[in-house]
Amino acid sequence: MTRKTSSQAGKHRDTAIIRQALVDSFRKLNPRSMMKNPVMFVVEVGSVLTTILLFTPTHSFAFNLQITLWLWFTVLFANFAEAMAEGRGKAQADTLRKAKSETLARRLSADGIVEEVASSKLRSGDVVLCAAGQFVPGDGEVIEGVASVDESAITGESAPVIRESGGDRSAVTGGTRVLSDEIKIRITSNPGETFLDRMISLVEGAERQKTPNEIALNILLAGLTIIFLLAVVTLQPLALYSGAPQTVFVLVSLLVCLIPTTIGGLLSAIGIAGMDRLVQHNVLAMSGRAVEAAGDVNTLLLDKTGTITLGNRQATEFVPAPGITEAQLADAAQLSSLTDETPEGRSIVVLAKERYGLRGRELAAHEAVFVPFTAQTRMSGVEYDGRIIRKGAVDAIVRYLEQNGTSMPSDVRAAVDVIARSGGTPLIVVENYRALGVIHLKDIVKGGMKERFAQLRSMGIKTVMITGDNPLTAAAIAREAGVDDFLAEATPKEKMDLIRREQAEGKLVAMTGDGTNDAPALAQADVGVAMNSGTQAAKEAGNMVDLDSNPTKLIEIVAIGKQLLMTRGALTTFSIANDVAKYFAIIPAMFAATFPVLNALNIMHLKTPESAVLSAIIFNALIIVALIPLALRGVAYKPMRADAMLRRNLLVYGVGGLVAPFIGIKLIDMLITAVHLV
Amino acid sequence: MTISGWLQIAAFLGVIALLTKPLGIFMARVFEREKTFLDPILRPVERLLYKLTAVDETREMSWREYGTSMLVFSGVSMLALYAIERMQQWLPWNPQALGAVATDLAFNTAASFTTNTNWQAYVPETTMSYFTQMAGLAFHNFASAAVGMALAVAFIRGIARREKSTLGNFWVDMTRSTLWILLPMCFVFAIVLVSQGVVQNLRPYDTVKLVEPQTVQSTGTDGKPVTKQIDTQTIAQGPVASQEAIKMIGTNGGGFFNANSAHPFENPTPLTNFLEMLAIFAIPSAFTYTLGRMTCSPKHGWAVWAAMAVLFLAGVTTAYWAETQPNPLLRGVDQHVSLTQSGGNMEGKEVRFGIANSALFATATTDASCGAVNSMHDSFMPLGGMVPLVNIMLGEMVFGGVGAGLYGMLIYVILAVFIAGLMVGRTPEYLGKKIEAFDVKMAMLYVLVFPLVILIFAGISLVSPQWGLSSLNNAGPHGLSEILYAYTSAAGNNGSAFAGLNANTLWYNVTLGLTTLIGRFFMIIPMLAVAGNLARKKYTPPSLGTFPVTTPLFTVLLVGVIVIVGALTFFPALSLGAVLEHLLMLTGKAF
Repeated sequence: MTRKTSSQAGKHRDTAIIRQALVDSFRKLNPRSMMKNPVMFVVEVGSVLTTILLFTPTHSFAFNLQITLWLWFTVLFANFAEAMAEGRGKAQADTLRKAKSETLARRLSADGIVEEVASSKLRSGDVVLCAAGQFVPGDGEVIEGVASVDESAITGESAPVIRESGGDRSAVTGGTRVLSDEIKIRITSNPGETFLDRMISLVEGAERQKTPNEIALNILLAGLTIIFLLAVVTLQPLALYSGAPQTVFVLVSLLVCLIPTTIGGLLSAIGIAGMDRLVQHNVLAMSGRAVEAAGDVNTLLLDKTGTITLGNRQATEFVPAPGITEAQLADAAQLSSLTDETPEGRSIVVLAKERYGLRGRELAAHEAVFVPFTAQTRMSGVEYDGRIIRKGAVDAIVRYLEQNGTSMPSDVRAAVDVIARSGGTPLIVVENYRALGVIHLKDIVKGGMKERFAQLRSMGIKTVMITGDNPLTAAAIAREAGVDDFLAEATPKEKMDLIRREQAEGKLVAMTGDGTNDAPALAQADVGVAMNSGTQAAKEAGNMVDLDSNPTKLIEIVAIGKQLLMTRGALTTFSIANDVAKYFAIIPAMFAATFPVLNALNIMHLKTPESAVLSAIIFNALIIVALIPLALRGVAYKPMRADAMLRRNLLVYGVGGLVAPFIGIKLIDMLITAVHLV
Repeated sequence: MTISGWLQIAAFLGVIALLTKPLGIFMARVFEREKTFLDPILRPVERLLYKLTAVDETREMSWREYGTSMLVFSGVSMLALYAIERMQQWLPWNPQALGAVATDLAFNTAASFTTNTNWQAYVPETTMSYFTQMAGLAFHNFASAAVGMALAVAFIRGIARREKSTLGNFWVDMTRSTLWILLPMCFVFAIVLVSQGVVQNLRPYDTVKLVEPQTVQSTGTDGKPVTKQIDTQTIAQGPVASQEAIKMIGTNGGGFFNANSAHPFENPTPLTNFLEMLAIFAIPSAFTYTLGRMTCSPKHGWAVWAAMAVLFLAGVTTAYWAETQPNPLLRGVDQHVSLTQSGGNMEGKEVRFGIANSALFATATTDASCGAVNSMHDSFMPLGGMVPLVNIMLGEMVFGGVGAGLYGMLIYVILAVFIAGLMVGRTPEYLGKKIEAFDVKMAMLYVLVFPLVILIFAGISLVSPQWGLSSLNNAGPHGLSEILYAYTSAAGNNGSAFAGLNANTLWYNVTLGLTTLIGRFFMIIPMLAVAGNLARKKYTPPSLGTFPVTTPLFTVLLVGVIVIVGALTFFPALSLGAVLEHLLMLTGKAF
């Protein structure tokens, strides 16, 4: 499932999908599958009825034939929309299925004997060995060893990831490939139930169940269909009384034009396409319900590290002790960090270079001795030419100075406090047992996060930062990142309590997590996105899995949920608003023959009654096709306040839905009269 | 159209707007059992009533129990009215010695008054005794109004309550509606009406000598023309003022006299006319504020009010415009407004009210499901007459009946929220409550019943010569409008008639009676189900991402949904009725 298919291949794939969808449109005419969609089922019944009536003697066969054909087209177009959406899902499933090729697994039996079995024979609880170059035969957990694994088949991400036993990176997925070392894996899924299997059936739509909102919308559409059915059926007695009885062809045309065929035909395509969009973002939702919930989310719980801030702290400032220049401090700090490969260490070197033009020096000539960081000393440093330089955390340095008979100057202590209060981490630099000053390490908020949080706020979504930092540090970062709230020194229990509290207020909560201790909270949250790199427990607790293991994606998931709901609402509004024009096309056409004065209602000045009815039914059919791309792509989405969003969408899809058919029907009328179709 | 006409229309809406908040707050206090200035007098009465009827006023009811209580009450009281009508010849206060009401008519009237419709297929002066009028009809004027108000309050509670399974106590809501709101208002209004000349007595009818004797020519039994001199007139009497008050305030509309509010004993002066129109809208309009207050969202109440006001103004403007247009069939006749003539179409209108107040009355009485009339809707110009018809077709929720108007409107609010709510990217929610499949199902049932019953019965009537068409006095599209109006009025529980149709036949009495019952109770049950379901739901606090239901944009959206989903269903029928009639009139053809 690589996202980057070349445009050539994409085009080829699309034509294949379209060809398949065309075939499927006819296959879906089966009344048993049509019944699931009450609106289109009524159209199909109408089509069958007019088809039968074609064989009875009628006055205007050519007109009736065209009506009948367009009625069938209406059904076929709706089927095509659904088939297209399913086809795109299937294409993704096929890509996945390739990753699922049968492999041989080396199963370790209870008495330690290795036997080769087909991967499809593996059952939950089996233990297998997997060495470099081999495919992981099934979903499981690493119970021994560490290895780098290529997960690009699943995630599309080519950089290998580390998988090791214990901890939060123990889960492996079937179909991925081990690149180095050998690991022992306990299989956690039965044949046909693996992650890949689930993913395939999800994107194929085989397991697609209607979501709650979709069910409700279907009821609305069925209700409207019944109302219009009634209005059309009872029109005949009124017409009889008025001396202007109508043919079944015209009545069925009126009915099909009035019932909400546009949204009825596109509804399931919208749902499938919404799931599909999620998959394109490498997120796998376990149910459509979760996607809807994503649109409704009120509160986002975001982990600080990796989501809001870059993974690591960076040096941002040198605060020298009295009598020391900043340049001196920077020099010592850089020297002490030359071999420090941690991101913090590198950032010190970089800062010194940027601020004071100090370049990394080659110290080999000086017979320098580097003191690496150890858990005992919690310091690192360098000794050369009689300079003894150390840098480390405050308490470690204090101890180091005391052991060597000196102490920390009060000015330095004050600087340390200032940095700590601002949410930063102070590192002290000492040379020859004398404190030179403090390095200010800071969490760096990712670029653009503040704006995104502001957008979320304007949409009524509250962001809460979750961090293990102390409240002081957390508050400072929260302020800088612009989140609405934070949970400091967070434990899994506190996280859980926070979710429960929000939910008790009636809010929907979304969060990401990867560790086993996140699992309860992931299960409690309304939208729980587990990282694919996380443990099996986490993945099972959440209702979505992010294959890229990128916690920031939570924001995109919310957007996709909203876009799905908006597309549904927009097309429903459009479809219902369309009716006004259709009334004005068909009603005068029905009765103008008997009462020419009723042509006053023919405000579109459609040429003849026949052309009017035909134009309306053609417009009604073609609008489904015209809107397929919109249904698959989703309506344009920009984060904004609900009232602004409503104003915009009502203007485009409500007013647009009123006006478009007037223009469309008129154009079709001009065209079909020009080519003498009627 | 005159400035004075427009000013009167503006004054009417202005006073209604001013009444809405104070009355709305008072009503909310009554239903929330907060203190009111009437408590010292009414609380003891209320307690006594509960003691006598063994009602536990603290007991809460689920929607099912609330609905069952309402159905039992309506059923029993409908039977009682039927019995009174059938036995009035043996009952007191019958100075005219009127006989028993025929079975089909008695059924029709009992159904019609129980449902707050007050469709009258009879001439009251010659059919109903004073006892029947007071103990039977006036009782139902109060009871059916109180039932409507209780139901509206139950619906509001459904929206306002969180995770509760109950909607209040039907008996308490009804009792408080009657004691605190309807009775005091009617008491004051009746006295005002008497001061203006509305009669209030139990005397036999007067026979008076005509100042100007009339000569009437008719054909005698031998086929020769007979000339008859008429010099006396019977003037009907009765306890009119008391009944007139509740007829308007309870949006009942059933006249004491056949001429209804066009009769000088019911509506003598322009002042009573103005007050009667106010009385129609007072409670329905105030209910929007009660909604806002009880759901802690007064702005939403006003947004709903604004939607009602927009539809009202559209109606009254059209009617006023249509009625002041010169009749194209009277080409050459001076039809302009001048000091000596009103201009426009005065047929079927009272001179003391004129065109503006007739158009306004016709609009108000059909917007609300009142049905009182001060002019003949049948005599309106085709488009003018279409306004009352369309108003009822909107579903009687442009202010609407007392209580019924509000819950009817709220069903459309729920549909509007559901259809457009998705467009803000959240699943639809209304005042913190998610609108889900069950709510939509019930709301659609509610919306479905109305056109169903109208179009089916009207359709049958229009193609059956001996049941439907034999009652018709007018041909062509006007006849279609007359039949359509009858069923629409019955289903909407309005009760006004287009006239021109003899509705006192077995077919019409039975089907129109059934239509009133279906139009009332088959819509109430799904409505209560929605209320019960909403009450059970969790509350989601509003945020910037919540679908706004307090803005002008929402008002526009609501009006759009009402017109497109509700009213457009009737577009084909209207095209063959009033619209066609209008267009044919322009070519010189009248019916």
